[in-house]
Amino acid sequence: MYGNDDPAVVSGLLDEVADAERDLRAAADRDLGAIDGEGYFEALLAADQKIEPRDWMPDGYRSTLIRQMAQHAHSEIIGMQPESNWLTRAPSLKRKAILLAKVQDEAGHGLYLYAAAETLGVTRESLYEMLLSGRQKYSSIFNYPTLTWADVGAIGWLVDGAAIVNQVPLCRCSYGPYARAMIRICKEESFHQRQGYEILHTLAHGTPAQKSMAQDAVDRWWYPSLAMFGPPDTDSTHSERSMAWKIKRFTNDDLRQRFVDMCAQQVTVLGLTIPDPALRWNPDRGAYDFTAPDYSELMEVIRGNGPCNRQRIAHRRAAHEDGAWVRDAAAAYAAKRREPVHV
Amino acid sequence: MSDDRRLTGPAQVTAHDSPLWEVFVRPRRGLSHTHVGSLHAPDAALALRNARDLYTRRQEGVSIWVVPATAITASSPDEKDAFFDPAADKVYRHPTFYVVPDGVAHL
Repeated sequence: MYGNDDPAVVSGLLDEVADAERDLRAAADRDLGAIDGEGYFEALLAADQKIEPRDWMPDGYRSTLIRQMAQHAHSEIIGMQPESNWLTRAPSLKRKAILLAKVQDEAGHGLYLYAAAETLGVTRESLYEMLLSGRQKYSSIFNYPTLTWADVGAIGWLVDGAAIVNQVPLCRCSYGPYARAMIRICKEESFHQRQGYEILHTLAHGTPAQKSMAQDAVDRWWYPSLAMFGPPDTDSTHSERSMAWKIKRFTNDDLRQRFVDMCAQQVTVLGLTIPDPALRWNPDRGAYDFTAPDYSELMEVIRGNGPCNRQRIAHRRAAHEDGAWVRDAAAAYAAKRREPVHV
Repeated sequence: MSDDRRLTGPAQVTAHDSPLWEVFVRPRRGLSHTHVGSLHAPDAALALRNARDLYTRRQEGVSIWVVPATAITASSPDEKDAFFDPAADKVYRHPTFYVVPDGVAHL
């Protein structure tokens, strides 16, 4: 397989994850003297040290993190659905086993993040409730349908690719449990992106029908993937404060540009095209010019009017309710086993 | 009858009964168990199995401990209080405190 030795795909990002992990350990070795309250919090931030669960922190920092981590966790959980749609119809046993492992990883990522969010004093049940009742959102990208097998490839390359570009800077987030969870997640995500790229590469070098299926998937997923970076910086509501708290390290537009620059190169190796006639290298900026996604469409999808919003939540709710008897049985069994000890 | 939860059935049992467990993994023989995260499970056996699926999908460990989070007693309400101060002024506990005369070997 070509994936492991293709340096263009992800190794640069993986190096950044490794750097973040090294810096996290280095920061742990630098000690700060005793300062109380807000002074201590600000001093930790200034020294690029991690805030830990029992440290004093501003209420806004806590609530911002809970919201962001919960929505991130919800996205991983809902993100299982578009791909699991193809589990039973993967073209080979190998592809099926790989996709199964990937979907299992998404569940794992959701659980790492829920556990990290719980360190801030919120319960798991309340987080589930927020997702099922629609009071907290998940990434709008998962409200698009997976129409063909090539969509599984496009999700891996573009959606997971965009997620990685978004998430690698979070490995340096000031909140320790989030940063540590993100380091773990990013290392695992790189397999996801490569498997997607490999699916598209195989299709793009197959029959003309396979190639056009791959191109069709890229055409449909390109702009929704660009929209994953959120509204433009001029409209972004949370950016500035999150940057000051070192929860967020780069603006939406910076990350979007970085993603476009990566994809513009990677698509040439695939032999496919990005559906943007305006995409071209701008030597003055040292970056690619590109057409912005339709942000009004993004807002519509966030408002609940994407192609699959209702289906995704209905499915999640049904899975939660259908699993209730398993949770109840396990809890009843645990209670029964505990009882004789206390009698 | 109502005081016997086995007779009233599982309807009373909610997800709130699934406690939090802290997970520790020994990455390789010769290394200590290290805290890797937490999870919810109704009992220890399921906590272990969930921990295997959640934290060792890529052979990250050769041994797992799961500990009920409520069984952990933490040193202080935050990570920096006076609890550790007594050690701060005892530099003589470190070998570098002592002046070794020239010419002494194996010290």
